[in-house]
Amino acid sequence: MSTGILPAERLDALIGELWAAGYTVIGPVREGGALLYDEVRGSEDLPVGLVDRQEGGRYFLEPSGDGRFFGHTVAATPWKRFLDPPRRRLWRAERRNGQLHFLVETEEEVRFAFLGVRACDLHGIRIRSAVAEAGPEPDEALLDRRRSALMVAVQCTRAGGTCFCADLGTGPAVDLPADLVLTELLEDGPHRFLAESRTEAGAKILQRLSLGPAGEVDRAAAARAVAATRRTLAERSPRLEREGLRELLYRQLESPLWDEVAGRCLSCANCTLVCPTCFCSAVEDVTDLEGARLERWHRADSCFTAEFSQIHGGPVRASTRARYRQWLVHKLAYWSDQFGEPGCVGCGRCITWCPVGIDLTEVVRDLRRREAEESGERER
Amino acid sequence: MAQRKPRLAVFKFTSCDGCQLSLLDCEDELLAVAERVEIAHFLEASSRVLPGPYDIGLVEGSISTPAQVEEIRRVREACRLLVTIGACATAGGIQALRNAADVAEYQRLIYPAPEQIRALERSTPVADHVAVDFELRGCPIDKGQLMELLSALLNRRCPRLARHAVCVECKARGAVCLAVAGGGPCMGPVTQAGCGALCPAHGRPCYGCFGPKENANVDALVHWWRHVQGVERAQIAAQLQNFNAAAAAFEDAARRLEGEK
Ligand code: SF4
Ligand code: SF4
Ligand code: SF4
Repeated sequence: MSTGILPAERLDALIGELWAAGYTVIGPVREGGALLYDEVRGSEDLPVGLVDRQEGGRYFLEPSGDGRFFGHTVAATPWKRFLDPPRRRLWRAERRNGQLHFLVETEEEVRFAFLGVRACDLHGIRIRSAVAEAGPEPDEALLDRRRSALMVAVQCTRAGGTCFCADLGTGPAVDLPADLVLTELLEDGPHRFLAESRTEAGAKILQRLSLGPAGEVDRAAAARAVAATRRTLAERSPRLEREGLRELLYRQLESPLWDEVAGRCLSCANCTLVCPTCFCSAVEDVTDLEGARLERWHRADSCFTAEFSQIHGGPVRASTRARYRQWLVHKLAYWSDQFGEPGCVGCGRCITWCPVGIDLTEVVRDLRRREAEESGERER
Repeated sequence: MAQRKPRLAVFKFTSCDGCQLSLLDCEDELLAVAERVEIAHFLEASSRVLPGPYDIGLVEGSISTPAQVEEIRRVREACRLLVTIGACATAGGIQALRNAADVAEYQRLIYPAPEQIRALERSTPVADHVAVDFELRGCPIDKGQLMELLSALLNRRCPRLARHAVCVECKARGAVCLAVAGGGPCMGPVTQAGCGALCPAHGRPCYGCFGPKENANVDALVHWWRHVQGVERAQIAAQLQNFNAAAAAFEDAARRLEGEK
């Protein structure tokens, strides 16, 4: 809709406009040895001059050697933390004079502005919202939070060590209508952002900032930056080959490979908890000692816990083999049957934050290779 | 409802009293507890002892002497529901470190009259001797979990005592994962939740004081520490052999680590 140049030193003006417009601004912040998403009051809260190094089961921060605010890639937290809080009270009830009184939970109204959303995460938010919308009981609370949120996307000028968005078509370029899209530029001019609005709400914010116009040089620099990221991703592609993926998994449900992965997997649930699209939850009731007050809570759960599939007599998925298979096959096959596309956006979080570095793309490659070897043997 | 109040009893075996103290520590809730149950046997709090049977028995401490083997059977018979509280009662406690050593040798070294000492070869969890209805893990137990258990039992519902990893609580808190982000060997992925990820949230890798989670794959974590992260064997052994050294999943992994030399 409109574009302009935001000088780096005016990033605070943008953050200020967002707060002034009534948004709670959430963006990348440093917490100990990693980046998380949390409240951002000003540009000094951002991890300026830091890049993240990510590989299977390993994460660390390094100085970038330049003053970039967004030189890093996806932070540890998935944005779903804000749209679908991991713990949330659903309702309360009180017993007064032998009668139960139900108290509906009124949510404090928060409008979020997500600052620094990457292309893959925008898709993650889209897919998570699509799940919330599906079925007979849409999750209106989540959908309300999503509808009222403002997305300030940032183009990836670098690919992280575990990223594979290109294989899933979710990045690296921001292709969804984020409200604002920023590209951080250091070349061919001073430190600045190419700022582009793609919605009315985004355009209004830009208008209030009265930015200078973007020139050809700026657009060319922005295009080059994203192209470089695309090249890095292409060099390691395909980490996850989409072709025939769903069918491959359905053919390999009894592969001995699942036992091998189960030998390494801790069934700790971290992969599902950091995944932007995983949506599973549990509902728990809490009472006080007198039995006069009852609370019903919603909390994040995972197919890696025994409680998750507990029915009379025990869990349906008692073994880690069954749990790992459920996770991988749900993400990459059942999800397509349910929602028409895979439940993975290639953000790489489940690989980085797995305490023993299990890489789902590697598991898929192994399944493929084994199947090819086996059919080769049969032909001989 | 002219029902009599359920009777609560607290028993202690080999332990430091810390878990019983957690009950006294429940200050605000303690009055409410006293309203709802009759505290019939709780020597740490009162010398008044009412005879059994009891409705709920909380048992602290491990079984580590022949006399205790007899005593715990009597306690079991006196309690309708038996709940073990803390790492000692659920897994043998820190004193189970002697399970892998020569106890007679220790006795000779420490006591002037070792022949006076009657100790079992191993410090054992209560569940090795009698049937246990519920377990509260931890060194010490978590107050919140104790209140949850009592509330559930008094209101006849199933208590919420998760068996999954500490990681689930760590992520719910929004803490940075120490295991991955250079914080050192964290026991969280193989340790049962319940503490609310207390240590990791304060930047200290989990010590495993809640014992093994359901389905714990300790060998896989040990393998990662040793062969990928290059953690010293002694540091790994220290992680496995503390509050829950005698819990099967930790004990077996420690033995295999030892055998790998
Ligand atoms: S499955 Fe892994 S890579 Fe895919 S979206 Fe989830 S966390 Fe990201
Ligand atoms: S992979 Fe597991 S936790 Fe994630 S959505 Fe599927 S069943 Fe739920
Ligand atoms: S794949 Fe990794 S993160 Fe996921 S449950 Fe297994 S060990 Fe945990």
